[in-house]
Amino acid sequence: MHEASLVQAVLTQVATLARERGAARVVRMRIRIGQLAGVEEELFRFAFDALSHSTICADAVLEILPEKVEWTCDACGNPIAAGDRLQCSVCGWPARLVRGDSLLLEQVELETP
Amino acid sequence: MCETRGNTNANKLMVEVQEQLLSSNDSAAAHNREHFVRSGLFAVNLMGSPGAGKTALLEATARWFGGGSGLAAITGDLETDRDARRLRDAGVRCTAITTGSTCHLDARMVHRALHELNTDDAHFLFIENVGNLVCPAIYDLGQAVNVVALSITEGEDKPLKYPVMFHRADLVVITKFDLQIALPEFDLAALEDAISRVMPRPNIIRVSARTGEGIGQWVEWLERRRGTMDRPAHSYAHVHTHEPISVPA
Repeated sequence: MHEASLVQAVLTQVATLARERGAARVVRMRIRIGQLAGVEEELFRFAFDALSHSTICADAVLEILPEKVEWTCDACGNPIAAGDRLQCSVCGWPARLVRGDSLLLEQVELETP
Repeated sequence: MCETRGNTNANKLMVEVQEQLLSSNDSAAAHNREHFVRSGLFAVNLMGSPGAGKTALLEATARWFGGGSGLAAITGDLETDRDARRLRDAGVRCTAITTGSTCHLDARMVHRALHELNTDDAHFLFIENVGNLVCPAIYDLGQAVNVVALSITEGEDKPLKYPVMFHRADLVVITKFDLQIALPEFDLAALEDAISRVMPRPNIIRVSARTGEGIGQWVEWLERRRGTMDRPAHSYAHVHTHEPISVPA
C-alpha cells in the first residue's frame, strides 16, 4: 500500500507550508488524482485518517478530485476512447495521454491566528 | 504559489500549491538520472510480479555477456538478499535493498544503494524492483527505461488489470516462453491485444531464460536504447530541472 507513503509526503508538504505562514490549523486540502496515477482513493483516505491524527492536518477536510483518462491522436487530433487500442483508428499514430495521470496537491486552506 | 485571504473571514488563507505529491521523490530521481547520464550508465527499472522471472532474466543476460562484465544491479526485496546473491554468482556486481514492509523502491533508496555499489566500467545498471505489479510503477528512480517482465503463466489480461505499470513501460518482456508447450491455452494474440490497449507504443520481446530464446533480442534492444541514452523515450511529466540537491546518505 504505497498510499501511506504518499499521504506521509503530502502531510509533510502541507505542514511545512502551514508552518511557513504561521497557520493555527489546516482547514482543507484539495488533491487531484488521475485514474492512471496508480492511487486508490479509498486507501488514500484511510491512510490520511490514520496518519493525520495529532498533526496540524488532523481536522482538515480532504477533498479529492478524480481525473478521468483522456487519450488523443497526436497526429490528427482524433480522440481515442480509454479501453480501445491506443493507436489512432484513422491514421495509425500512437495515442498521447491528454490527462489522467495527475497526482497533484492543488490547494490548501489555512486558518491563521 | 498564489495566496488569497478570505473575504468574510480574514483568518482564512487559501494557498494555490499545484505541486506534485511525489515532488520529493522526483528531485531525488532527477539527481540519480544526472549521475547515470554523467557516468554513462544505462539504468533499467525492471518491474513485474513476484516470480515473473526478473532475476532469471538478469542471470540469462549475464550469461549472454559471458559473465557479468559491464553489468551492475540493485535488487529490491522485502526480505533477504537472495536475488543479489544469485546475481553475484552470475558475475554481476550487485547490492541488495531490503525494504522491510515497503512494497516498492524509491529514488532515495536507489541513491543510497548506489553509494555501496562499484559501477566503474559498468554500462548497464539493472534495478530489479520489488515484485509487485502496482506500487513500483509510480516511483521514478532516475532510470532511462522501464521494463515489465510478465511470465506467460500470469494470464493474458494482466496488462488490462494493472494498466498503470504497463502504460509506463518502454518494453514488456514475456518470460518463461519455453513453458508455452505446457500451456496450449496461452493466447499470445490476446496478450498482445491487451498490451496495445494500455501501451501507446506496444513493444514486446519473448524470452526464455532457461533456453536463451529471445535473450539476444533483449540485449540488442538494451544496446540500441543505450545508444539514445541522453534522450529517454519515456519522459515523466513531472521531471523538472533543479539545483543540485543533497540526499542524505
